[in-house]
Amino acid sequence: MTGSPDLLYSDVEDDLRAAVRDVLADHCPPAAVLARCESAQPYDMALYRRLAADLGLAGLTVPEQAGGQGASARELAVVMEELGRAVAPVPFLGVAMATAVLAVADAPQTLKRIAAGELPAAVAVPLTTTPGAAFPAAVRAGADGALTGRVTSVADVSADGVLLVPATGPDGPGLFEVPVGAAGVRVEPVVSLDLTRPVAHVVFDGAAGRAVAGAGTAARALEAGLLAGAGLLASEQLGVAERCLEMTVAYLGERRQFARVVGSFQAVKHRLADLWQEVVSARAAARAAADALAVSSPDAPVAVSVAQAYCSRVAVHAAEECVQLHGGIGMTWEHPAHLYLKRAKADELALGTPGRHRALLAAAVRLPPPAPES
Amino acid sequence: MTTDDGGTGPGSAGWGPDEVRERVREFLAAHDPAVTERTEFLRARFDAGLAWAHFPVGLGGLGAPRSLQAVADAELAAAGAPDNDPQRIGIGLGMAAPTILRYGTPEQKERFLRPLWTGEEVWCQLFSEPGAGSDLASLRTRAVRDGDTWVVDGQKVWTSSAHTARWAILIARTDPDVPKHRGITYFVCDMTAPGVEVRPLRQITGEAEFNEVFLTGVRIPDAHRLGDEGDGWRVAQATLMNERVAIGGNPLPREGGMIARAAAVWRERPELRTLQLHDRLLELWVEAEVARLGAERVRQQLAVGAPGPEGSGLKLAFAGLNQRISGFEVELLGEDGLRYEDWTMVRPEKVDFYGRDAGYRYLRAKGNSIEGGTSEILRNIIAERVLGLPAEPRNDKDVAWKDLPR
Ligand SMILES: Cc1cc2nc3c(=O)[nH]c(=O)nc-3n(C[C@H](O)[C@H](O)[C@H](O)COP(=O)(O)OP(=O)(O)OC[C@H]3O[C@@H](n4cnc5c(N)ncnc54)[C@H](O)[C@@H]3O)c2cc1C
Repeated sequence: MTGSPDLLYSDVEDDLRAAVRDVLADHCPPAAVLARCESAQPYDMALYRRLAADLGLAGLTVPEQAGGQGASARELAVVMEELGRAVAPVPFLGVAMATAVLAVADAPQTLKRIAAGELPAAVAVPLTTTPGAAFPAAVRAGADGALTGRVTSVADVSADGVLLVPATGPDGPGLFEVPVGAAGVRVEPVVSLDLTRPVAHVVFDGAAGRAVAGAGTAARALEAGLLAGAGLLASEQLGVAERCLEMTVAYLGERRQFARVVGSFQAVKHRLADLWQEVVSARAAARAAADALAVSSPDAPVAVSVAQAYCSRVAVHAAEECVQLHGGIGMTWEHPAHLYLKRAKADELALGTPGRHRALLAAAVRLPPPAPES
Repeated sequence: MTTDDGGTGPGSAGWGPDEVRERVREFLAAHDPAVTERTEFLRARFDAGLAWAHFPVGLGGLGAPRSLQAVADAELAAAGAPDNDPQRIGIGLGMAAPTILRYGTPEQKERFLRPLWTGEEVWCQLFSEPGAGSDLASLRTRAVRDGDTWVVDGQKVWTSSAHTARWAILIARTDPDVPKHRGITYFVCDMTAPGVEVRPLRQITGEAEFNEVFLTGVRIPDAHRLGDEGDGWRVAQATLMNERVAIGGNPLPREGGMIARAAAVWRERPELRTLQLHDRLLELWVEAEVARLGAERVRQQLAVGAPGPEGSGLKLAFAGLNQRISGFEVELLGEDGLRYEDWTMVRPEKVDFYGRDAGYRYLRAKGNSIEGGTSEILRNIIAERVLGLPAEPRNDKDVAWKDLPR
């Protein structure tokens, strides 16, 4: 480790948060999120454009000379917190991962369009892919770049967007760019647990891919995307958890039973105090991961796995408490609690479960498992 | 929160890491640790403002941001300088000093802070009583004014380090006719004064780290009152806030503290490993790392003068985690976990959460959720003061102390 990570929020980050929160308050209230997730268009692309293009968030971490804002993962993490607080149905995680991939791969025109907010993008891997995983073998590339194969459970696939597809060809692993709308690409929607970040299977049937990274860099570029995604997801989980705690505290501060405010019962207060402590800790972990990514610290894989292993569970715990402590209302479709629960549970699986991240840490910090029995 | 003892704003008085390093270099040039006697060295270090950076000039500090002390400590340690053995004087450093700094008179600061910091004088905390623990404000030890002195009678209990202490911070009832929080006054008590009797109180580890203290006609000069008469509860809050940060907020390196022991056993003894224990170890490792980052974040907030409520939870997290890690370590040890180093009753000089063997650590950690405010009380505080939830109905707030039901 090189010194202590900066775990605070800068003034610029606070301003950015306020701007994003404003937009989400106006355009992403819970009722609208709920209505959208039952519509044919589960992702809100108008909201995406407002955030990505008007606020310039899609290119936040892209260098200015490449068409972006030249900020870092620290700022992007603050955006993710806000998107998590609102369970905003926008394909932002995919874009964040794609820009991290393209920081290593070579596709300046595409990166520029993504950064400008014109082109939504996603990395064509199952959402459950863990950093450090073997290069995916689901898709094969012909010598001419024709892609064949099927990738399951991809998040953030937008009809007018682009996919970055890891595929293995005659020259070994490569990354290929292909528009979702191109001939030979078919999207099979999946009824998803997470209503606000649905996944889809993508079938490639001779689709024409354009190579953006060859054998030398493809694996490294993909890993950069997975690591950034996992680290940023921790901040989203923080936002989910924080909002669940706030909703629950607000509700229990007003709800009366037994001629008392329910929030005055100690059994309930102690659960909320413990949850608050978890959220406070999750913030420290998520900030550490964001800072490590921002400065490209050699410690980033450890910081990211710590944050994922911890924040995943806090988000799920907070969402579960939110449902329980709202009582019957928490169980209704109308109340937003379930949107958070579904997001939190899916996020726990996304980009490595807590157990998988602990396994990564075991290797990284030299705490090996028992030797296999012979 | 909390450790409200000044010296916060960034770059206070123009101090930065480079200036502090320069100050340390000058100091070491004048006081070679290799040839200077330890107490002499520590006194000189205090006088050079290198004791606690955020204290005022003349009282061991530089009036600089708190975070810069770590810079000075690192430089001095690298030069082989002796430290003040903080585990021996934790109550002085963590609780008495910030309270004296905030509420003491100039004479009190001048008299007490230097020997407190150098460790020439050990401090203890005479707060808890047999009938007043969590409900500390219900305490019954009496202090009655007699001219320029106060005469104190009562009993305190669970007093750590009373057997090594020269001074104590003491709270006593000076007015029984007002509600309990209002009739308390805060004093500095001379532990060598006639009428102070300290008896060891053995704890579950076999040691007697704490004591019972009987106070019989103990005379305390009014000059040793800290804060106004009747204002002792407010002064005590400053002490308690600092205590919780002192217990939970120490800077640790990654894999420092309790998890270091469990990780070391894991690495050294592959024959003890099982898959189930492996995942639990890593869970605890992650939580220890997150708790460490949480404490670091609180320090960073203090360093830029923006303390948040996060400090309130540090001890709560620390206590639970220490208990789970030390319990894990005993379990990991298998048959060796059935043994205990030594039950002989001793009166230790230091409080060491991470010392001795795994069994000791397991037992000692049980105190972490009791000392300095129980975890239940801390949850009440977080729920009411941080989350703003309503208090439980209570019947002791507006009644004179003497009329409370007993
Ligand atoms: C190792 C150790 C060192 C100590 N050192 C010192 C010292 O140096 N100086 C000093 O003054 N004191 C010291 N103490 C005393 C310590 O501060 C008290 O033990 C503590 O405040 C609890 O008080 P009590 O023991 O009277 O327990 P009680 O207050 O009687 O509590 C009993 C149980 O009830 C719970 N409880 C109480 N009130 C409530 C409530 N309102 N809601 C929910 N649960 C509640 C408590 O959490 C606890 O579990 C030390 C204690 C230990 C264990």
